[in-house]
Amino acid sequence: MSATIAQAPARKWRFSLSQEWLLLIGIATLFIVVGLINPRFVASRNLQSILLANAYVAVAAIGMSVVIVSGNIDISVGSLIGVLASISGALAVAGVPVFFAWAIPVVISILVMMLQGALVAYLRIPSIVVTLGMLSILKGGLISVTNGVWISGMPDSFHLAQWHLLDLFIAAEPGKQAAVPESLSALKPMFDLLTMPVLFMLFLTLGAAWWMRNTAKGRSVYAVGGNAEAARLCGIPRERTLMMVFAVHGLFTGLAAVLFATQPSVIQSTVPPNLELTIITASVVGGVSILGGTGTVIGSTLAAILIAAIGSALIFVNISPYWLRAAQGILILVTVLADIYRRRQRGLAR
Amino acid sequence: MSATEARAPKRLPLAPHEIVLVVILAIALAVLATLSDRFFTLDNLLNQGRLMTEVGLIAMPMTFVIVTGGIDLSVGSTMGLCAILLGYSWKNFGFPLELAIVFALLVGTVAGFINGWFITRLKVPPLIMTISTLALYRGLAEGISQAHSVRGYPEGFYLLGQGEVWGVPTQLWLLVVAIVIFAVILARTTFGRSLYAIGYNETGARFSGLPVDRIKLAIYTASGLMAGLAAWIFVSRVSTTRSDMGTGIELDVIAAVVLGGTSIFGGVGTIAGTVLGLLLIQLLKDGLALTGVKGDATIVVIGAVLILSILITNFAQRRREQGR
Repeated sequence: MSATIAQAPARKWRFSLSQEWLLLIGIATLFIVVGLINPRFVASRNLQSILLANAYVAVAAIGMSVVIVSGNIDISVGSLIGVLASISGALAVAGVPVFFAWAIPVVISILVMMLQGALVAYLRIPSIVVTLGMLSILKGGLISVTNGVWISGMPDSFHLAQWHLLDLFIAAEPGKQAAVPESLSALKPMFDLLTMPVLFMLFLTLGAAWWMRNTAKGRSVYAVGGNAEAARLCGIPRERTLMMVFAVHGLFTGLAAVLFATQPSVIQSTVPPNLELTIITASVVGGVSILGGTGTVIGSTLAAILIAAIGSALIFVNISPYWLRAAQGILILVTVLADIYRRRQRGLAR
Repeated sequence: MSATEARAPKRLPLAPHEIVLVVILAIALAVLATLSDRFFTLDNLLNQGRLMTEVGLIAMPMTFVIVTGGIDLSVGSTMGLCAILLGYSWKNFGFPLELAIVFALLVGTVAGFINGWFITRLKVPPLIMTISTLALYRGLAEGISQAHSVRGYPEGFYLLGQGEVWGVPTQLWLLVVAIVIFAVILARTTFGRSLYAIGYNETGARFSGLPVDRIKLAIYTASGLMAGLAAWIFVSRVSTTRSDMGTGIELDVIAAVVLGGTSIFGGVGTIAGTVLGLLLIQLLKDGLALTGVKGDATIVVIGAVLILSILITNFAQRRREQGR
């Protein structure tokens, strides 16, 4: 008797370990193990490049998570990011003020996603079909409009990645090393990590997490994803909620596209291959159930970082990067199996 | 009026969505044939048949899978893995070519079986399972080959992909046989009817005593096998093996199946519809290319046709339901 009572809390603690904590432990383990094998892996320069190069994936995964929680999926997101990045670059090269070169793609993204949302919500075409069609349209449109020409020659201020947090305080020119006051120099490595895209990633993740968790609109996404009919009976309209979901997804996709476009000095006019797959992987590994109704955006951001870190770690332990995709596949599989295992344990514990 | 419309489909050989497709196909053919005199020639049409064989072969089991309410996104990667293993086992392990082909087909079958096993035994949702093997199988293909290609196959190997039998591309015969077999299974056998039952209501099918798990395991395995077969044909057609073979083919396949009227929710769909979807996509691609539309713009049209055809069918269906 007493034994069962004593056991209960321990078991509860063990199995209520959330996906977010598991991911944090995974990331920590990866950094410790690979850091011991090759210390250069944990050098701030490498951490910076991992975060900087993948912040846009994490931001896009936030929107994807919202869509998947609502019980839908979007496979057009990779091509849309490619299209928006080209638009953003083309606007900047054409001499449009930098702010508009950032803002216009975001607006376009929201409109495209709301169009898809309308097809899903009001005309009731399954999201996988709508976004599959849109994927063809965007991908074909992108290549045939740009003719595969890379876009380059954007003004320096266009590149968000070169803005550091310090620059904002010290008002230095972007891209130039700010003259760091003596009092702050000890903190410089930390500030170096916090480039604009990384700050975006942090604030957008926290903002979206708060929105999903604490607002009525955010909760309604879970309600519709969990059981659309029950949600309707509670007075949450499926259609309007889905429109909102796709608009939010459009916002994050647009921001992700701007982060993507402003990071390299050349914008390729092809969509990064399998980008949608990486984004969906981040959402799923982050604990978003593909069946809808559960998951958080903090998990998806952590998962995006973990996936990026694994990719970088392979290089540092001298494994050919060609194995990266296989590692990703195993990662999804392990996550999903762990989730199924945990649910069964929980089911048994009850 | 509407009452007769509602009853009519039962007596027609084709379901309403397929009629929509036949009409679109006829219009497309007529327009394209007038725009380009090279389009409506036997040579061109047979060549298009050659080009659509791989997608067509994979679309057959995909129709089954989607009819049961599942999906298989890993077919393109399975194809890549099979192609790499075909080339590698022949060149690097020194297998005779025949054995290498059998090995590749076997690998495809096992790859499909793994999908099916996880989906049925561990209840992993098909979308997730096949997304993870989409990454895994492609990753294995890339890892094993280290992005090196294999070429220099003996001349006889190209008969399947580049040769002709009785004036028709060799692989087109295979596709025709596959279409007939899969169509008969889906429409005329208990197994085929069970697929609809599972897609329409899986719990109901289970309670009716159907071996749901075994049937699902069988169709995912078949999907892997057909991906392996498509890999063999693909390697033979393009004379080389690369790890990125079949990338994105799952989207072409699903587009054809869905365009063919198979509901992504399961329970509805026919092989005839899938074949019409295949033909429409391939002929649109080809016809538009011949009339001077750049290759990449053609997939824009296909995306639009996909969404439009589903819209038209949805509207027609809703009109009929309101008529009742």
